[in-house]
Amino acid sequence: MKGSILSKQEFTFDDLKRILLEGAGADEGVDLDGDILDSEFETLGYESLALLETGGRIEREFGITLDDDVFTDNPTPRSLVTAINESLSALVDA
Amino acid sequence: MSARILVTGIGVAAPSGLGVEDFWSVTRIGKNAIGPVTRFDASAYPSRLAGEIHGFEPKEHLPGRLVPQTDRVTQLALVAADCAFADAGIEPGTIDPYAMGVVTAAGAGGFEFAENELRKLWSEGAKHVSAYQSFAWFYAVNSGQISIRNGLRGPAGVVISDQAGGLDALAQARRQLRKGSKLIATGGFDAPICSLGWASHLHGGLMSTSDEPERAYLPFDDAAAGYVPGEGGAMLILEDEDSARDRGARTVYGEFAGYGATLDPKPGSGREPGLRRAIDVALTDAACHPAEVDVVFADGAATPRLDREEAEAITAVFGPRAVPVTVPKTMTGRINSGGAPIDVVSAVLSMREGLIPPTTNVELSDAYDLDLVAVRPRTASVRTALVLARGRGGFNSAVVVRAVD
Repeated sequence: MKGSILSKQEFTFDDLKRILLEGAGADEGVDLDGDILDSEFETLGYESLALLETGGRIEREFGITLDDDVFTDNPTPRSLVTAINESLSALVDA
Repeated sequence: MSARILVTGIGVAAPSGLGVEDFWSVTRIGKNAIGPVTRFDASAYPSRLAGEIHGFEPKEHLPGRLVPQTDRVTQLALVAADCAFADAGIEPGTIDPYAMGVVTAAGAGGFEFAENELRKLWSEGAKHVSAYQSFAWFYAVNSGQISIRNGLRGPAGVVISDQAGGLDALAQARRQLRKGSKLIATGGFDAPICSLGWASHLHGGLMSTSDEPERAYLPFDDAAAGYVPGEGGAMLILEDEDSARDRGARTVYGEFAGYGATLDPKPGSGREPGLRRAIDVALTDAACHPAEVDVVFADGAATPRLDREEAEAITAVFGPRAVPVTVPKTMTGRINSGGAPIDVVSAVLSMREGLIPPTTNVELSDAYDLDLVAVRPRTASVRTALVLARGRGGFNSAVVVRAVD
């Protein structure tokens, strides 16, 4: 069956910034509103625990389950947003 | 061991003031900082008063990355550590990071953070628990976060012995300095004013149930009927004297001159409680005659049995009414691990100003042969101070702090 309420959603870069800020805050030296799409999370100051917390919040809010290595496979915001949208559309197509 | 251990920086987060100057301006005149609990709804509990730190906004003091991953107690500890390092004038790079460490004491750990995450666990499920719960609740987290934030790569540790832990941490810091470290940041913090922390305190059975802020915590008074909990603590920078002189430390508050710790005998044994022995050991360790002590900062449990034991120990060592005794924590409530480090800060500030802060609200019971500095501060030349702390479970600790010319 297609089109549950959760699976209609799109995960945007703004969603990612909001969830990063809520769950882990932001480093003073980093401007999340700057050109960071291709910066690695690690250089943005997010260590593994911050990413674990971020992943957990994305899973809860968007009703998806992420692979344990989602951040290893997708070390930048651009690649993560793409991967999560692929997960969301997989839900719709299922 | 020839080199002395010096106090070269201090930082305080207390109900009576955030920062040393605010704290001392309130403490020296004996202004009450106990009031109704506002941090959670305590109206249904038998005890409803606390010493709270009002107006603390962690985001004004700490980086955005640190705030979501820290309990209030850690935020207070980090801010006090920042103040202590700034006060000591430690510039990054002046001391080998591997020669600097941190030892703190904790009683409860990050209880408010833990309480919120446990609430999510049982109401929403495991997936809603913060990843930071893994360490934010933990007793050792203050030492860990202070170490990371200040680049301290030397020895780190935590001690847990209730109120006595605040002095035991300083002693552990001294051990590390004697083993070769040059600087140890040390102190203790607690922030238990949340329903989980309250449940722990209530379970102990020694809390005051008074609703009158100025009648609720009255050590050495005939009306003593328990304590009021408070939140906060203090950080001290302890340095090896040679190292402090080499780097040109700008302020020397005093010398950490002596320490003693004992455990009480098994209840019912009939043997003498351990506090007198702890004082004797600390004085001997400091090579200090009792007559040299200018003031005693007492533990001030405010239950009749513990008050009597403490008064008897002080009188046994010094003689009847032979030394000024004070309990400034009557202004803030008892802060577990944070209480004694705050008293050590008060002790060195007493030396600086020549003034003993008062024991507020208390009318000394006729049962105790103490020279209690009650209600009003007392001007006095303070060169040597003794700080006492006793922890639940029979911990007794004593520290001697001495002025340095």
